[in-house]
Parts: sequence; structure tokens; C-alpha cells
Amino acid sequence: MDIKDIIKPENLVYQKTPLMTDKTLSYCPGCGHGTAHRIVMEVIEEMGIQSETIGVAPVGCSVLAYDFMNVDMVGASHGRAPAVATGIKRCWPEKFVYTYQGDGDLAAIGTAETIHAANRGENITIIFINNGIYGMTGGQMAPTTLEGMKTSTSPYGRDLKSMGNPLKMTELLAQLPGTCYVSRQSVHSPRNVRRAKKAIRAAFESQKANKGLSLVEIVSNCNSGWKMEPVASNEWMVEHMFPFYPLGDLKVDGKLVNNQ
Amino acid sequence: MAKMKGAIVVDIEKCKGCEVCRVACPNDVIAIAQEVNHKGYHYAYQEHQENCVGCANCAVVCPDGVITVYKVKLSD
Repeated sequence: MDIKDIIKPENLVYQKTPLMTDKTLSYCPGCGHGTAHRIVMEVIEEMGIQSETIGVAPVGCSVLAYDFMNVDMVGASHGRAPAVATGIKRCWPEKFVYTYQGDGDLAAIGTAETIHAANRGENITIIFINNGIYGMTGGQMAPTTLEGMKTSTSPYGRDLKSMGNPLKMTELLAQLPGTCYVSRQSVHSPRNVRRAKKAIRAAFESQKANKGLSLVEIVSNCNSGWKMEPVASNEWMVEHMFPFYPLGDLKVDGKLVNNQ
Repeated sequence: MAKMKGAIVVDIEKCKGCEVCRVACPNDVIAIAQEVNHKGYHYAYQEHQENCVGCANCAVVCPDGVITVYKVKLSD
């Protein structure tokens, strides 16, 4: 069968969602941000809520998310996305509001905003990209950096005695009564992308049902910051990140799930 | 048994050659070109189209969403 007979509109099985703009993504080759953007947009497309959704872009690599996501977006100050989202959601309770934040934004400068938004049980969705590093500014150590991990500000590896312990934000937030759905996923393989999409769908569905804050952490690579090739960084992530940040649902319908 | 036959179209100018699709492909359909695109990246292309079953794994993991997948069912 000739390839021209296959490439026809009626045989189409997968294409980029129209909710992603045609702009070339500003991310490094192989970065998980692009995949995460796309699956968030696919979920919004499937739910048919494009005109009802307001996203809040953070500071970090994804600061330009509003260029790529074809929904209404607001830019927040560094770490303050959950606070901005709280305001939007309280003014328009019928809209879907989500924030898209990295670990330097959510787990460092925005810890207070995040924890308090979760504790108040704000009815928003947080997409949290965790790559254990400040990717945009040149690979500095973040609160989520693993023990012994080399970054530009911890060139001999993170020393727990002087630099503290890596912060498991998602576990912390799952403990709060205000959160409804908390999950940790990744986007490095087709299976994980499909699972992450289901988790994001569940997060938006719980927002629809007014159940409280929903959070999906996506453990992602930062091949530029980690100084690796994209495929090697994904392998490194599976080997080193997942034992410390295990994937799976942590809280479903307001009840903690025992993964261990 | 019905057989699936697939084909992919890569938006070469937007591809950044990260090779994530090549690793995700179960049938080794995708290879990275020797040539570069306008931005200087070695782009992904369909080397062994005859092996493609249209599973869309490559398109699902592509960070830049540059792959479109087509599939037909062949009845024997």
C-alpha cells in the first residue's frame, strides 16, 4: 500500500490539538514541558471547556505558556500563581482555573501561596512540573534537587547537612484536608503520557465537581540543566528521580491512597 | 487477521531532533536524518514506513507535537 493512500484525512488517528498554537515551542529539545502543555490542552479540548478555562502562567521556563496554550491566560508574579488563581476562581466560580508551575516557582518562592491555597481548599487545579532544578536561569539547585545531585550551585552534589533535604511538595499537600485529588505522573514514555493525561482529566473533573484543590505533579527532565542528551536524561530520571518521587495517585476523592 | 498499516508525517521545520520518538517507537520506524532543518536540528523522519502500524506512540511523546499519525485497516 502506498503511503499516499494512508495519508488521508479520513485515516487520521493523532494530530496536535488545535488548542496548542502553531508557534514553535521555546523549550529545549526533549523537554517534558511541551508534552505536558499538550496533554493539558487535550484534556481541555475533550471536556469542551476552552472558552470556560483560565490558565495562570508562572515565572520560569513556562513563563511564555500563554503563547502556546490557546486559552485565556494570566501571568503571575514568581510563585504567586495559586494566589492569582484564587482571585480569579472566587470572582468566576463557574470558570475552570488552573495554574501551570515549575518546582522553582511552586516549591521555593511560592511555597506559602501553594500551601495556603491548598489548605483553604481553593477549587483550582495545579499542574506542577518537577525537574529538580531551576532550568531557566541556568540549572541552579532547587528545593526539589535530589541528594548528591550536581547543579551549578551545588557542583559537588547536594549535601543534606548544609543544603537541607529535598522537598516532597506533593506528599506535603496531600496531607492537607483542602486537597481533593493529588497525583504524581511523568511524561517520558507513551504509557506515562497517557496516564498523566488521565490524571489531569481527573483533576479537572474534581474541579468541576467543586471538591477542592487538585494537583498533578509531573516529574520531568531538564536535559539542558542536567547536562545530558534528552533520551539519556529520561533514563537518568527513571533511575534516580522515580525512587525518590514515586509515581501514582496520592489522594483520590479526598482520601489518601497507600502506595507503599 | 486484519492488519494495521500506518504512516506518520513529521513537521520537519518544527522538529528539534530530541529522539524521544525514535526510542518510543516499538517497530523502529523512525530515524534521525543526516540533514538539518532551517534551525540546524537533525530532524526525525520515517525510515521504515513499511513497519509502521499507526500506534501513535511517537506522536504522544513528541514534546513539540510535530508528528501527525494516519492509520488504515487492511483486510486480507
